[in-house]
Order: sequence, then C-alpha cells, then structure tokens
Amino acid sequence: MRSLLILLPLAGLILLNLPGGLLAGLALPAVAALAIFEIVLAVYLPTAAFPALEQVQQLLHLSTPLDSLARVLLLSIGIVMLASLLVLHATVKAQRRRFNVANVLLISLMGMNGVVLVHDLFSLYVFLEVTSVASFVLIASSGEDTGLEGAFKYLVLSAVATVLMLSGVAMMFLFAGSTDFSAVAAALQNNSGQLLLKIAIGTFGCGLLIKGGLVPFHGWLPDAYQSAPAAISVLLAGVVTKVSGIYALFRLGISVVGLQTFSPVLLAVGALSMVVGALLALRQNSLKRLLAYSSVSQVGYIVLGLGCAGMGGPAGKLGLAAAIFHLFNHTIFKTLLFVNSAALEQRTGTSDMSVMGGLGSRMPITSTSSAIAALSIAGIPPLSGFWSKLLLIIALWQAGLYAYASLAVFVSVLTLAYMLTVQRRVFFGKCREDLLSAREASGGIVLVEAALALVIIGVGVLMPYVMNSFLLPLKGGF
Amino acid sequence: MNNPNWPIFAIFGLGVVLTLGVGFYCVMVTRNLIRALIGLEVLTKAVTLLLVLCGYVAGRMALAQTLAITLIVVEVAVMVVAVSLFLGIFRRTGSIRSTDIQNLKG
Amino acid sequence: MNALDVVLVAALVVSATMTVMTARLLRAVIGLAITSAILTMIMFRLAAPIAGVFELSVCAGLIPAIFISAIGLTRRLAAEELPARQQERLRRFWPLPVLLVLAIIVLTQWPLPIGLPDSQGPEPVTDLSTLLWNARPADLLAQVALLLGGAFAVVMLVKNVGREHE
Repeated sequence: MRSLLILLPLAGLILLNLPGGLLAGLALPAVAALAIFEIVLAVYLPTAAFPALEQVQQLLHLSTPLDSLARVLLLSIGIVMLASLLVLHATVKAQRRRFNVANVLLISLMGMNGVVLVHDLFSLYVFLEVTSVASFVLIASSGEDTGLEGAFKYLVLSAVATVLMLSGVAMMFLFAGSTDFSAVAAALQNNSGQLLLKIAIGTFGCGLLIKGGLVPFHGWLPDAYQSAPAAISVLLAGVVTKVSGIYALFRLGISVVGLQTFSPVLLAVGALSMVVGALLALRQNSLKRLLAYSSVSQVGYIVLGLGCAGMGGPAGKLGLAAAIFHLFNHTIFKTLLFVNSAALEQRTGTSDMSVMGGLGSRMPITSTSSAIAALSIAGIPPLSGFWSKLLLIIALWQAGLYAYASLAVFVSVLTLAYMLTVQRRVFFGKCREDLLSAREASGGIVLVEAALALVIIGVGVLMPYVMNSFLLPLKGGF
Repeated sequence: MNNPNWPIFAIFGLGVVLTLGVGFYCVMVTRNLIRALIGLEVLTKAVTLLLVLCGYVAGRMALAQTLAITLIVVEVAVMVVAVSLFLGIFRRTGSIRSTDIQNLKG
Repeated sequence: MNALDVVLVAALVVSATMTVMTARLLRAVIGLAITSAILTMIMFRLAAPIAGVFELSVCAGLIPAIFISAIGLTRRLAAEELPARQQERLRRFWPLPVLLVLAIIVLTQWPLPIGLPDSQGPEPVTDLSTLLWNARPADLLAQVALLLGGAFAVVMLVKNVGREHE
C-alpha cells in the first residue's frame, strides 16, 4: 500500500501533463485526493494488500513495517498538503499558475513521502533533494522579486547542507559497504572508535541541522517563509522543514546511530534554538517573519525532546513520545497560524502588523482560530500544546536535566508573550479606519481554520484517549 | 594504516578536503550569484570524488558508480532550477550581485 | 600510489582554485569544465569508468552549456566598473591559496588516527545495470520527479517573467 504514496503522485504528474491538456483541469482535485488518501492510510494502515500491490511493494523495497513516527509524519503531510491546497484555491486565481503549482505540489508530496518511507541513507538524500527542488520552485512561484531571492538563498544553503550530508554518507558507506540503514547501523556498532565515522556522523548531522533550520543555521528560514506565497508558507512551515530536518534527525538517531552519542549536542542545539527563536520573534513586525522565528523556537523544543530521549530509561522514552507528540501538535497549530496569515493577507493585502488593528470584529473565525492556536503554542491547558509541553518538561525533569526543564518553562512564557502581542496588534481593540471594509476570509480558508482549530481542541480535551491510542504505543514502539 | 589502499585514500582524500575548502570559501565569500553556483558545483565535484574513493577502498565499485551517477543527475536538476531562479532575478532586478538584492531584512 | 595520482590531485585542486578566483565568469565556467575533465580522469583511475563518462558528458558539457547560455543572457558589466570590481574581488579571494597551502602542510605533517576498514568481501552485485535499474528503483523514480521538477522550474520561472527590465 505504501509504495502507492510514491507511485501515485508520479503517475498523477505524468497523467496531468499529457499532451492535449485533457486532464489538466483535474490538477487540484488530484492533489486533494492524494492528500486525503494519505490521511486515511496513515490512520487506518490496512494490513491486507492485494497481491499485485504486494509485488509493487517488494519492487520498491518498502516492506519493513511502518513505525509510529512514520505514521505520524504521513498523517501530518496529508493534513498540511490539504490545507495548503485549499489556501491555494482561495488565493491564486490564475488558471495557468494554479495548474503549475499543483503539479509541483505533487512532486513535493512524492518527495516527502519518499523521505519518510525509505530505508536507505542515499535514497533518503535523493528524496530530500526532490522535496527541496519542489520547495525552491514553489517559493518562487509568485514571480515576485522577494520570492525569487528567498528561493535562491534557500537553494544555496540547502546545497551546502546536501554536500555535508553526502560527505557523511560516503564515509559511512566506506565502512558499511552499503547505504542501507541496518548495514550502516551494524558498521557503526562494530567500528565505534573510528575517527572517520565520528566525522561522518558530525557532518551528516550538521547538514540535517541546516535543513531543519536550527540555530545557528537558521538564517535562511525567515527569508524563505516570508517571501513564499501564502499557500506555500503553509506547506513549508507545516511539513517541509519538519520532514527534511527533524524527521531525518529522528530517523538517524533511532535507526542508525543510536541517540546516546549525540544527546548532549541535541540538547544544546535544541535549547539554543528555543531561546534564540523566541527572542527574535518578539522583535518582529511582519507576521510571517514572527511565525518563522516561532517555528525555529518550537522545533528547538522537539529537538530538546529528542536529546532527552538519548538519556535513556523511562524518562528517555517519555521524552521521545513528547517530542513526536509536539511534532504533530506544532504541525497543526503552525499550519493554522500560517493559514490565518494567509487570510489576513487576502483581506488586508499585507503581513505587516504595524498597519493592522482591531480586526477581531471583522474576521471572527480567523481571530478565534488564531487565538486558539496562540494559546496552544504557548502551552495553555486544556489545549494540545499544553500536554506535549508538559510531557516534555516532565521528561526533562525526570532525566535530571533541571536546567533545560526550567529553560523550557521560561521560553513558554516568552512564547505566550509574543503570541499575545500578535493577538493584540492584529485582532483586539477598535478596528482601524482603513480596515473597516475588511471581511472574513473566503470559504476554503475559513473551513481549514475551523477544522484545524477543532483538532487542537479535540486533541487537548480528549487527552486520555490520545494517551492510550497514540502515545503509549509510541513509547512501546522503540 | 595497514590497509594496502591507505596511500590511495590519503592522497585522494587530501584532494577532497582541499577541493571542499575551495568550494566552501567560494560560496561564503562571493557576492556574484553565478560564482556562488560555480562554488556549489566545485563542492559537488569534491563529494562525487569522495563517494567514488570510498567505494574504491570498500571494494564496492558498482554501487559507488550507481550512487555517483544518481548524484550527477540530482545535481543537474538542482542547477537547472538555480539557473532559472538566477535568470528570473536578473530579469526583474537587472543585477547579478547579491549585495544589490538585499530586499529581505530583519 | 604513484606519481600520476599526485599529479591528478594537484591538477584538480589547482584548476578548482583558478576556477573560483578568475575574474571573468566565462573563464570560470571553462575552468569548471576543465575541473570536471580532471575528475573524469581520476574516476577512470579509480575503476569507475561509467561514472566517469557520465561526469564528463554532464558536468563538462551540459552544465557549462547551461551556465554559458545564462551568462550570455545577462548584460555586460560596464567598462568603468570592471577594474574596481576586479580589485574588490581579488581582495576577498587572495587568502584562498594561502589557506590551501597551510592546509596541505598541516594535513600532511600531522598524523591523524584514521583507520580504514578491513576487506569486506566481494561485492554482492557487480553488474552496474542491474543495480541501477533493479536494486534501487525508488532512486530512479525520484530522479524522474527531479527532472520533471527542473522542467517546471524553467516553465514557471523563465518563460513567464516578462522582459520588464530591458
């Protein structure tokens, strides 16, 4: 079944571009259908497969069972792709551009699915490149100067990260004779003292940190998020950076290297990103830029959880579960925040918060969903963000990392501060003179906002159910 | 250091490290967009050499060649996108120096 | 290792440095092609002939062609600006050869504890074509997607951007 996640987007791509433009009109529905298919697959995970599909599965070497991390990511990819598509539908009206963007979205979808599904270091690299190339084109798709420049800067940094990653892969290949996860893991076990392998892990890790936008390599992220068109910012913030950097780090740690070795580095990088991201977010006037720095900060939380997982024991397992849970939650609320930003941009024509004010009465759904996302990201009960942050802080405390736990609490306060600033500047108070004509955003966007807000509330309120069906299996699964 | 391939690894390894240095320096220091892309190309060459070298020492030449070929194809795709972006930037701003296109600040 | 290897590596590094430091962009692109040719020779020496042929045709042929056509579409630098730009560039790039020489001295004199793995046994699949088409099909599909991505990049970014600046 899973191999379809890679084959169908590619098939769709070819079918949509058949000469004669027969199927061209189906571009957006095709992407939507694939995204929904992915969500369903991730949640229900059918075990029985048709014989023909089994053949295909063998063909792509994807037979190893999916672990919970992969499922969470597939679910996230599906949700965010759907959200991005609806925002695209609402914000871009030109047929030609819609068609082109939908096609490149298919490439991005295939790339991300591939990253999550493969079991080979080099294939991981190739699918990461597919995702990145799709991202470059998507960021530049508006044709505006800022988009082109943001895409170019991102390209250069991404290429440097690629070189670092490949150097690591080559050295691991030297010792393992193959690039398969299990072969490399075995080679690392047998040759643990080798200098070359340590350098290999280091360079590969640095490459991943750049792709994930962690401090000190976060320089490209605010520019890329800000300059991308609305629908693409949603996609980037929601899944692309996570799949590229964070998921790959998780996978490297769990299946290849073993988390103990680089736990201290992860803790340090995570903490640094958390703090720096939050501090820089406080100073921003542009909503998208603020949200970009906020992403850097929240990804710091996730990496902190991963570092905690490397400490081992029950605290370690809790840390890993909390990290994956926060990954999912962040996907939901960051996507929602960027959709809000798209709504604001659609109705006011700008992301500059200094010219906004008092839009709460004019855009009720956007304002309410934004408030829910803001409270969740700051960790206010009973919303989803509260639980994941709480679990993370408990895990850090139990692992004896008191300083990091306190830092996490402190940054939560900073997060609350900047998110409340956004609410106050954009939504509260009397509506400004020049904005009196603003209306609520169009149907598609409002639908996404409402749906995502419900997910945040649902996951938060139904925590006991989530705990049993989602988190405990995660804990046991490693 | 007893492996008979050590001298080969050493000399070509040194070459890889130096070429990586040249590439990184170029990408960091240049203000010209095309020169940045050339620096990226040099970096890719260094990594291709590293891949083939590691394959040689590990005795896995067929796999190493496969990986190198895939790498070259990926590099072409990325370069095509990079040059497209460059042409787009040039047509809109009339400049190929990164100092003239610093519209994104903050 | 013999003298040929040393010569090849030296040529590679020197041509890479000159590619990066040269004043004119066209010369830099030609330097890139030459560097690729030297890399091809190294690949032949390291028993990777097929990869070498790929490298030669793509990186010493296709990519320089793409660069040259892109450079050809940009306007020539105004004559007055040229010397100033050249000096500025040289000022930023001159540390490079110095750093390289330092690196050579440091790396050759200082013994790094680098170990190599023992022999791993014969290669399971030695046929390149089997590996390329059968053993790594996911990579193949990814390459198709990448090339399509490149095509879309050209369609979306180059064709549609009007000649506003001209």
